Amino acid sequence: MRATGTFAPRPGAAPLPRMIRAQTALETRMLLRNGEQLLLTIVIPSMLLVLFSAVAIVDTGGGERVDFLAPGLLALAVMSTAFTGQAIATGFERRYGVLKRLGASPLPRWALMTAKTGSVLVTEALQVALLTVIALALGWSPHGNPLAVLLLIVLGTAAFSGLGLLMAGTLRAEATLAAANLVFVLLLLAGGVIVPLDRFPEGVRSFLELLPISALSDGLREVLQHGAGMPWGDVGVLALWSVVGLAAAARFFRWE
Amino acid sequence: MQRQPAVEVVGLVKRYGAKTAVDRLDLTVGEGTVTAVLGPNGAGKTTTVETCEGYRRPDGGSVRILGLDPVADNAALRPRIGVMLQSGGVYPGARAEEMLRHTARLHAQPVDVDLLIERLGLESCGRTTYRRLSGGQQQRLALAMAVVGRPELLFLDEPTAGLDPQARHATWDLVRELRSDGATIVLTTHFMDEAEELADDVSVIDRGRVIARGTPEELCRGGAENTLRFSGRPGLDLASLLKALPADTAAAEITPGSYRIEGKVNPQLLATVTSWCAQHGVMPDRLAVERRTLEDVFLELTGRELRG
Repeated sequence: MRATGTFAPRPGAAPLPRMIRAQTALETRMLLRNGEQLLLTIVIPSMLLVLFSAVAIVDTGGGERVDFLAPGLLALAVMSTAFTGQAIATGFERRYGVLKRLGASPLPRWALMTAKTGSVLVTEALQVALLTVIALALGWSPHGNPLAVLLLIVLGTAAFSGLGLLMAGTLRAEATLAAANLVFVLLLLAGGVIVPLDRFPEGVRSFLELLPISALSDGLREVLQHGAGMPWGDVGVLALWSVVGLAAAARFFRWE
Repeated sequence: MQRQPAVEVVGLVKRYGAKTAVDRLDLTVGEGTVTAVLGPNGAGKTTTVETCEGYRRPDGGSVRILGLDPVADNAALRPRIGVMLQSGGVYPGARAEEMLRHTARLHAQPVDVDLLIERLGLESCGRTTYRRLSGGQQQRLALAMAVVGRPELLFLDEPTAGLDPQARHATWDLVRELRSDGATIVLTTHFMDEAEELADDVSVIDRGRVIARGTPEELCRGGAENTLRFSGRPGLDLASLLKALPADTAAAEITPGSYRIEGKVNPQLLATVTSWCAQHGVMPDRLAVERRTLEDVFLELTGRELRG
């Protein structure tokens, strides 16, 4: 006979798809409710796109400035969500015991990471939609194969997520906050987002080209601006960063 | 057939570097009981509980929770236990009700969220984000999150720390109801009255070891060395009183007019004292039989302040 009280034990996990859906929705709400995150992922990329398209601050080579800038800012949007935003949020979740408490809930860890990835992808979809509308309004004429764009964004997300989680899972939350913002600014300036890499000296440039942000912005530009096929070199660089970043995060991430 | 205990810890050892936090600790919790793990800060309460929850790997000894290994069988165990951490555990930007509903969604047959919110007095702060809740509200939300999945076994780490008296009593009522509905509860506390109020069993721990265990009554009864106090006029002739009392009784005038009698306090002793007072024309004001409290027990066992 089963006890019938209000709190009579009836333990059990919810079905996995329901848990993952709920966790993804919660993670996405937390992200969209956070002012700093919105500044980083929505306001800054949109503002830079408008500002640098409207005013000739940087020589972007021949053609419409927006054709050069739009792919760069799509790359920045991916980095801002998958790397900077995810690193900072996860770092503080670790510090405030959120990850620890979820570790005692029925939600498996892999399902939590799946939900985090899901929320990053939802946010990126919003960013891409918004930046596309703004760029089109500024006269952008994109080319190329949408599947190549999708592959680059997915690989970029994997690479940046691995690096962001590695940082969040090893450093103190404050250190992650500072470092993730610093990396964001440095890569914004030196990763081919708004400043073409050929403005840098040859030696520096061949180093910068190996950064994930450069591979992503260059790859997106090859396809969207120049209508190239699959940019295999950039795909290879991003794939390598993905493997290294995710493996290191899996190995070194500390939940408490 | 004897049912297996809900928690069975034998000879648990846990070290952090050179420091031994838990030192050959034993703890057995019967199904359907409330067990209080009582001890000062740093005694090893949280380490013990977190080892039971699967957060820490023991350096020695064995831990079985609901018959399972909390590390190796973690996935099977997690849906069956409810955990309240000592602090934190909630997204700072999550609203109280939102977080509780989310936690409920991770379970198959959760408790009704609205009912739980009402029971714990969280109605007024359902829309408030966690970082803006008061310390007591944060505690109650963490308790609600531990309860909402209808677990068989709950680990509550200092559930009433920082609560005002009303919230403390609401928490106690909830623990009692959980127990009567069939859940097993392990709670840590450094409040003596909490252990006396709630627990079927108390394990007093200090420096990583269990130094006493039993029901609150057993622990307080220890030696039956009880005390009787009364006030009267100063300078009573205690020698004459002692002649009337059993041989192993002691009497003293602590401060002028304030008397303490130590010994086997029973109805006979009480009658003897009051009739002696009547013979001597003394009104025994503020006459009180004092029972040992867990606090006294703890001080005797450790010689140290509990809140240290």
